[in-house]
Amino acid sequence: MSRVFGIVALLALAGCASSQNWGWYVIDPRTPNGWTNVRFLVGGMGATILLSVVAAVLSMALGLLVALPGFSAHRPLRLLNRGYVEFVRAIPLLPMLFWVFYGLPIVFRSMGLSVQIDPFWGAVLTLAISDSAFTAEIYRSGIQSIGRGQSEAAQTVGLTHWQTMRHVVLPQAVRRILPPLGNQFIYIVKMSSFASVIGMQELTRRANELVVTEYRPLEIYTLLIFEYLVLVLVISSAVRWLERRMGADERNG
Amino acid sequence: MPDAPPVPAIEMAGVNKWYGDFHVLKDISLRVAPGERVVICGPSGSGKSTVVRCIARLETHQKGVIRVAGHGLAEAAPAGEVGMVFQQFNLFPHLTVLQNLTLGPIRARGMARAEAEARAHRYLARVRIPEQADKRPGQLSGGQQQRVAIARSLCMEPKVLLFDEPTSALDPEMIAEVLDVMIELAEEGMTMVVVTHEMGFARRVADQVVFMDGGEIVERGAPAELFEAPKTARCRDFLSRILRH
Repeated sequence: MSRVFGIVALLALAGCASSQNWGWYVIDPRTPNGWTNVRFLVGGMGATILLSVVAAVLSMALGLLVALPGFSAHRPLRLLNRGYVEFVRAIPLLPMLFWVFYGLPIVFRSMGLSVQIDPFWGAVLTLAISDSAFTAEIYRSGIQSIGRGQSEAAQTVGLTHWQTMRHVVLPQAVRRILPPLGNQFIYIVKMSSFASVIGMQELTRRANELVVTEYRPLEIYTLLIFEYLVLVLVISSAVRWLERRMGADERNG
Repeated sequence: MPDAPPVPAIEMAGVNKWYGDFHVLKDISLRVAPGERVVICGPSGSGKSTVVRCIARLETHQKGVIRVAGHGLAEAAPAGEVGMVFQQFNLFPHLTVLQNLTLGPIRARGMARAEAEARAHRYLARVRIPEQADKRPGQLSGGQQQRVAIARSLCMEPKVLLFDEPTSALDPEMIAEVLDVMIELAEEGMTMVVVTHEMGFARRVADQVVFMDGGEIVERGAPAELFEAPKTARCRDFLSRILRH
């Protein structure tokens, strides 16, 4: 489906290329200037990928740390989980990014710590925290989907609550958690574009900078959109491959 | 009973349980001697499953005392002291049969893997499926799965083994293979509390049959006595309904 859409979109754009309103020369790899521009734009890919991957890994770890207390028998721990999820989920990404990048260093300074937050870590931290509320909810629903009979059986063979989680519930929940987690990773990749606002040299920032010098927003942002499209398609096919592998495992088991 | 053993395997005295306003268990008192086999029967919703689930610590009760091998449920007990076999087997689908059996001994008892596996193979042979050790539960028939579940409980070498309708989820042709294993266990002297409607099994192995209805024990006695000459109308009515076919 997406392939058909891509081809149609490309044809439409190629058709526009002859129109005077378009200036594809700005990113035409056959011209020296266009080639330099394309290399500059695509050169942000590494930063976008690195930012997204580090943020996603942190978010997955943080999300698990947030989700597990939600299953505790102790009410304060459950409240901690609810409070974190409700609070973090309510903060829009951009204000949180500003708060982390411009505000957090002041907090550190007031504590006598000289911690510098560069654009990369500011963006990673913001994305990871913001996303962790959602991954925590994904873990919660995945863990809840494993029937109570599993924990009960684990309990009757003497396992503690945490051993039951570790050896019985989580290994089964992972298969159900994976698809929504893949979805969430795609979301992170797209949200990483906000890092451009605090000066991180990723895809969107580079596009913005080039637009300022070349005055060709239409062509440059079109290329930008396709850059994200390629990234997202690669991720979604990787997730589907993983799902197939695990699904096959499940059928055998 | 003048010669009652000093420490019953299970002792329930005046146990009451409520789900909100619903009174699930009403003054349940039950004493199970070591090596004794008790069958609990009764219509659905009578609280019979709740009794075994309370003994297994899967549910809490609000009033009364439950003691297993002499200690109360609130006290620390050796892991896996009470084994439980569930209606839906509840095997761990992501683990092999062997791993299902060794998980408890290794993690809860700290047993060495080799020793746990040797024990697991021994109990798999005892439930007559020694060749299925490396398969996943999903590859086995229902009857085989339930026998694996019994072996999994046995691997913890429990003092008491509880069964919650162990044959109710099985196809008719698989019920016998599970009951055979349970009869063998009973004959070897395992202390068992079995919630079941299998009256043939009850007649053959039970020392005591308990009939429950509406959350209370209505009648109890030796199987011959209870099945042939039920004293209460409720028990007579129940038996006529399950024995009609």
